Amino acid sequence: MIGNLPFVAAMVLVALGLWTLMTRRNLIKLVVGIVLIENGVNLFLVSLGYVRGGIAPIYTFAPEGAPVDIPMVMPTPQALTLTSIVIGVATTALLLTLAVLIHRHRGTLDVRKIRELRG
Amino acid sequence: MRWLRIAALLVVFGFLLGAAVWTRPFGEPRATGMDDHFIERSQEEVSANNTVTAVLFDYRGFDTLGEATVLFCAVLGVALVLRRWSR
Amino acid sequence: MSVVVRTVARLLLAPVAIFGAYVVMHGHVTPGGGFQGGAVIASAIALAVVAFGAQRLRKQKETLSVLEDVGATAFAVLAFLGIGVTFFYNALAGTGGLFGQTVPIGPNPGALNTGGLLPLMNWAVGLKVLAGLGSMVLLLGLLGGDDDR
Repeated sequence: MIGNLPFVAAMVLVALGLWTLMTRRNLIKLVVGIVLIENGVNLFLVSLGYVRGGIAPIYTFAPEGAPVDIPMVMPTPQALTLTSIVIGVATTALLLTLAVLIHRHRGTLDVRKIRELRG
Repeated sequence: MRWLRIAALLVVFGFLLGAAVWTRPFGEPRATGMDDHFIERSQEEVSANNTVTAVLFDYRGFDTLGEATVLFCAVLGVALVLRRWSR
Repeated sequence: MSVVVRTVARLLLAPVAIFGAYVVMHGHVTPGGGFQGGAVIASAIALAVVAFGAQRLRKQKETLSVLEDVGATAFAVLAFLGIGVTFFYNALAGTGGLFGQTVPIGPNPGALNTGGLLPLMNWAVGLKVLAGLGSMVLLLGLLGGDDDR
């Protein structure tokens, strides 16, 4: 279990976000839970591309004999994670504006009081 | 009913942790053929030292185009939802 | 905000913006690029909104909108420049000229003149990200109040 520590840490983040989503009532705390789940998934995606004993895939001031003797880490999961982080920022911004709108119309942020559809 | 919710949460957490521990060992990716091609050819084809930027903008430029569109739609959504009724 | 916060914000705005521009410009040599540098400059805009209030910055909405349009259009135009081969072809790599110096194979101290179309694309995406994130922060600061019921 100590060898797979980055995977375990990412899944601990996902579990904490899931627990926050299930036991909190305030809308802003639910948004924090969703952000925790997204961060856990991004960490898992980045740590999938590690090659044992590898360096960063950049040729500027790399140690001698870089791509042949010392392996380089895979660059594709890092590029995909950048895109995923920006999409998470977009989702969080829209969630927060919806929370502002709900507070403007109902006067409260408690999810147990905003149950019926009211015109 | 409370212990039923706690039991369901614990089952899900156990599944997540088990999937993290009993998956491929950390540091041995399965298929590295495409990334070996990127690492070897990124200095002669793209003439850039940074392989991650070369992957983001040259080999996989469509993903960056789609993500710029997502950012634009998010700004559009925020500006449209938060409008004021000017009377 | 108090005098201490406003003075420190005035002192810190320029170095943060210059550091963000450095990260965007050297995207093809060192770790960094368009998204990372754009996020750094957008955090400078967020610092200005928090320290000086959103009402003092309400004239900058049009500036940020123009910057975002320039960034998005430049990215689309740069993608079409190599249309003779394929859609996202790097048309300036290897030719002498603006960003066309060839790179020696293997580890080397990086040069800024390399990269082809990559630095221009870095700048286009950096402008788009900084204008997008800055607009989101500014709009939530201006219109996020709840006195409209």
